[in-house]
Amino acid sequence: MASYTEIARDGLWKNNPGFVQLLGLCPLLAVSNSFVNALGLGLATVFVLVTSNLVIATIRNWVQPQVRIPVFVMVIAATVTAIELIMQAQLYELYKVLGIFIPLITTNCIIMGRAEAFAAKNTVLKAIADGLAQGLGFALALLLLGTMREILGQGTFLSNAHLLFGEGARAMTITVFADYGGFLLAVLPPGAFLGLGLLIALKNDIDRRLKARTTTQKLSTGLPADQSA
Amino acid sequence: MAAKESLKQMFVSAGLLAGFAVAGSLLLGVTESGTREQIRENERAFLINNLNQVLPPKRYTNDLLHDTVELTAPGAFGTEEPVTIYRGRRGGEPVAALFSVIAPDGYSGQIKLLVGVYWDGTLAGVRAVAHRETPGLGDAIEAERSNWILGFTGLSITNPVAAQWRVKKDGGRFDQFTGATITPRAVVKAVRKALVYFTAHRESFFVAVSEQES
Repeated sequence: MASYTEIARDGLWKNNPGFVQLLGLCPLLAVSNSFVNALGLGLATVFVLVTSNLVIATIRNWVQPQVRIPVFVMVIAATVTAIELIMQAQLYELYKVLGIFIPLITTNCIIMGRAEAFAAKNTVLKAIADGLAQGLGFALALLLLGTMREILGQGTFLSNAHLLFGEGARAMTITVFADYGGFLLAVLPPGAFLGLGLLIALKNDIDRRLKARTTTQKLSTGLPADQSA
Repeated sequence: MAAKESLKQMFVSAGLLAGFAVAGSLLLGVTESGTREQIRENERAFLINNLNQVLPPKRYTNDLLHDTVELTAPGAFGTEEPVTIYRGRRGGEPVAALFSVIAPDGYSGQIKLLVGVYWDGTLAGVRAVAHRETPGLGDAIEAERSNWILGFTGLSITNPVAAQWRVKKDGGRFDQFTGATITPRAVVKAVRKALVYFTAHRESFFVAVSEQES
């Protein structure tokens, strides 16, 4: 059984849905053109993941294996549609911007993947933790990519913050480069692919360095290099 | 015996699926009825906000959203569908008509524009409502991105003269954008067509509601 620390580490870093599992690429690439869009979709995804994991872990002992997939699909679709309606009521402008990607959360492989791989086999609390960790991991990937593309593409950070935080947040926009002409490649879809590729490379590099460091540390203290249990 | 077992299994599965379908529908029903009013209010606010960008609210005194008529003019509006005309009035006198037209020949498909024309045939304003033009190039038609679209305000079919109703590259007086000529060309053309139609048929834009309903 996975511990909460492991669940958190898995979702946020080791098995990050955006950078390692490469699940949900379609929304990840399409909506990561600005920080605020990324945050909006990231939060919606976290909410759906937690809710669907919660429901599925609750019902896991009653649902027979033969019909579990259609039941999961129904739970996920109903949750997403409810969230879509609530966003339409409470965050109308952001809903307009994110458009089709809200209902498309239903088809995000992460949701079904976590339902099947984790929530269906673990306790309710663990499943909630897993939904939170995986959702935040996905949101983190979205935010990093969104920040990068917004700064490179438009020379701003937090533009359109009022869509999420209300009219008072209009002033939150930070112009990173004044008189920036814009860098089209970062705004267009190819920029999303290139950006994601660079971020994955960066993550792999960090992992490699971390591993190299622990290896040398263990060697210098005279312990065997690999003593993972 | 085994057949009976699997039959039972089948019914349990079916019952389970039905149960979840009912629970899901209930959830959606409750959410829908709880959000319906707010969503309708949001859509109304969004529409009136768009209309007010083109026609300042101080120019009219009537309820724009409920003073409408539908006209069909594929040649002028760029669509076969009937177009809703919102009529602004002041003390019962016609002030301006607001309607959306489609420029069919954008760089990436249709550009939907909201056009407002005063009774005397001058433009109250134009806004791009929906388009798929290239970000960073063609999207300069959006009022949030550049002032270009604001330049239509105050123009009419005689100001500038017909030959000048083109982008500069085609010998007219409208700026094109760096790297994007097709988008502004499509917008200029669509706005002029709408203006020409309005100037020729402005009475039909303001037919009384009673005539329309009969």
